[in-house]
Amino acid sequence: MAVPARKIDMAEALLAAHPAPGGEAGWAASARAAAASRLRASGAPVRRDEYWRWTDPASLTAPAPTPAPLPEATAPVFAGVDALEVVIEDGRIVSAPEGMEGVEIATLADAMSRDIHWAKDLFGVLEANGQVPVTRPLAALNTAVATEGLAIRVTGKAPRPILLRGRRKSDSADAVLHHVIRLEPGAELTVLEDGGPGARVNALIEADVADDAALHLIRASGPEAERRGVWQLFARLGRESALKAFAIAAGGRLTRTEQVVELTGDDAAVHLAGACLGDGDDFTHDDTVFVIHDAERCESRQVFKKVLRGTAKGVFQGKILVKEGAQKTDGYQISQGLLLDERAEFLAKPELEIYADDVICSHGSTCGAADENALYYLRARGIPKREAESLLVLSFLGEAIEEIEDEDLAEILREQTAAWVKAGA
Amino acid sequence: MLAIKNLHVKLEEEDKVILKGVDLTVEAGKVHAIMGPNGSGKSTLSYVLSGRDGYEVTEGEASLDGEDLLDMDPEDRAAAGLFLAFQYPVEIPGVGNMTFLRTALNAQRKARGEAEMSAAEFLKFVREKAADLEISPEMLKRSVNVGFSGGEKKRNEILQMAVLAPKMCILDETDSGLDVDAMKLVADGVNALRDAGRGFLVITHYQRLLDHIKPDVVHIMADGRIIKTGGPELALEVEKNGYADLLKEAV
Ligand SMILES: Nc1ncnc2c1ncn2[C@@H]1O[C@H](COP(=O)(O)OP(=O)(O)OP(=O)(O)O)[C@@H](O)[C@H]1O
Ligand SMILES: [Mg+2]
Repeated sequence: MAVPARKIDMAEALLAAHPAPGGEAGWAASARAAAASRLRASGAPVRRDEYWRWTDPASLTAPAPTPAPLPEATAPVFAGVDALEVVIEDGRIVSAPEGMEGVEIATLADAMSRDIHWAKDLFGVLEANGQVPVTRPLAALNTAVATEGLAIRVTGKAPRPILLRGRRKSDSADAVLHHVIRLEPGAELTVLEDGGPGARVNALIEADVADDAALHLIRASGPEAERRGVWQLFARLGRESALKAFAIAAGGRLTRTEQVVELTGDDAAVHLAGACLGDGDDFTHDDTVFVIHDAERCESRQVFKKVLRGTAKGVFQGKILVKEGAQKTDGYQISQGLLLDERAEFLAKPELEIYADDVICSHGSTCGAADENALYYLRARGIPKREAESLLVLSFLGEAIEEIEDEDLAEILREQTAAWVKAGA
Repeated sequence: MLAIKNLHVKLEEEDKVILKGVDLTVEAGKVHAIMGPNGSGKSTLSYVLSGRDGYEVTEGEASLDGEDLLDMDPEDRAAAGLFLAFQYPVEIPGVGNMTFLRTALNAQRKARGEAEMSAAEFLKFVREKAADLEISPEMLKRSVNVGFSGGEKKRNEILQMAVLAPKMCILDETDSGLDVDAMKLVADGVNALRDAGRGFLVITHYQRLLDHIKPDVVHIMADGRIIKTGGPELALEVEKNGYADLLKEAV
């Protein structure tokens, strides 16, 4: 079917709105050009596209961001964590990153102007792979135009997490960030993200996790900013490797987290978890996940929990594809919406596509109000309604937070979530 | 202390009348027992008193120490000193038993204008009460009632009662599902709380429990009414002859 002219015009407008980076190496320029053609071929996303039916992409495809008021100053979520900090202010990396033992870090601009073979093999490659069978135009846009980001190569066990701290000074900064992360065999890294790097965000991580390596990604966005954005992850997992990603958003206007993970080595594991605390008339929280099992005995696990108040909308589109030969696959997926108002909505589309015969895949999706019996029981013990509801909200989200492997980080998020819930109550 | 006058209650959703004029007064320092056939409205009475949704009071009143209960939210009734040990305690996955107890106690203290108990103080306090009921520290850490056996759930109800020290305690079939030893623990827990300022309303089907918790007054409920009130001997009569004669008498 021909792509509607309007989608193509919008794609052109997006490319025109973002100046093409100059002075890059030959390989980089070709990767950019290929990405731009991908975007031109698919056109910009519109509501009529199958995977944008429930989340309106208009604010993400407009040439300029909708201004988002500046957040009040609050302590960043991971303030207490001993980490290698990289500050991203209004879409620009402002603190020069330095490496640490077993970790090399360069800016994307630097990596794109040189001939770093691992970055060359990664940049735009996983994103391009992830365009089939469903196109991801905003990811192609990102690859075509992003000038800011990091190129991280990990050769050992990173002594500390890398912390990407977003900060805003402008109410209309458009942050387009592209990180490439390569974990060599046996390497381990945790990447934390807090704050907000722009009024509008198009962030993308390409992560290549080699055999026996482990990558943890944890993102926490607080309620203080009316940001809109799409966060994309394209990952490839080698033999016995692991990827564990968790993201929580309290507030914000539009958060779409799109993750495409390909399990290419036997015995690899991917755990994806997400949560939100959504309120108000203009809130959409969308998790769109595509997990591809292309090796034996791999495990994938998806746990998504959304608390929705007012007319907040939660969206979950999660697919598990088990390719031929991916025997002994263990796939699990749960998505749940907790609706604290009758007008809130949770829309879920779980999909399984299985071409191997010896697999276990289960999925479930539920949606409902807080348990009336539990509320009554708590209140009958003297706990006021809002507080009782908060206890139930925290226990609901707790099942997603539990997916975080590091107990200290899980505890930070548990406390932070309790504080967010309390402030909202 | 607890005064119920001519209480009529129907289900909110359907035209089903369950309580048809209940009159009952429990004085401070006394233990009243309610017995009655299945489906006679005993649990409904306890739910209505504690403020559960889904019922409509069409007539009558209920008050605790002169305060109208029926107008209050469930949490305010609890803060005013009313406690219901549930016939079917509710499981709440993800909410720790300890967190639940502390939140409840501090919420009640706050509502009464009292100081909250510190975490350390509270821990010591609860551990002692739990030990009396043979509730292990491990059970205190688990989610509220999740994975508890029937008897453990009932003991957990009595632990909550011991911690919250309410002035009016309603026990809805706390004895059902308890083994002989657990029944004794629960009865000891109740008896330990008996004092001049506290009233009890004990709903039960069996004399067994009343051997341990000696009632001052026994009521028989049938078809939404108290059809007979007497002393402890009334329970013995029910134990021996069942309800048939009493029901005939009441007609
Ligand atoms: N929500 C409801 N919907 C329909 N019927 C109800 C509801 N609640 C109570 N009833 C009915 O009201 C009557 C009284 O129930 P209740 O649970 O109060 O009895 P009970 O005396 O506690 O019985 P038991 O000794 O078996 O515990 C029963 O016939 C019951 O089926
Ligand atoms: Mg009952």
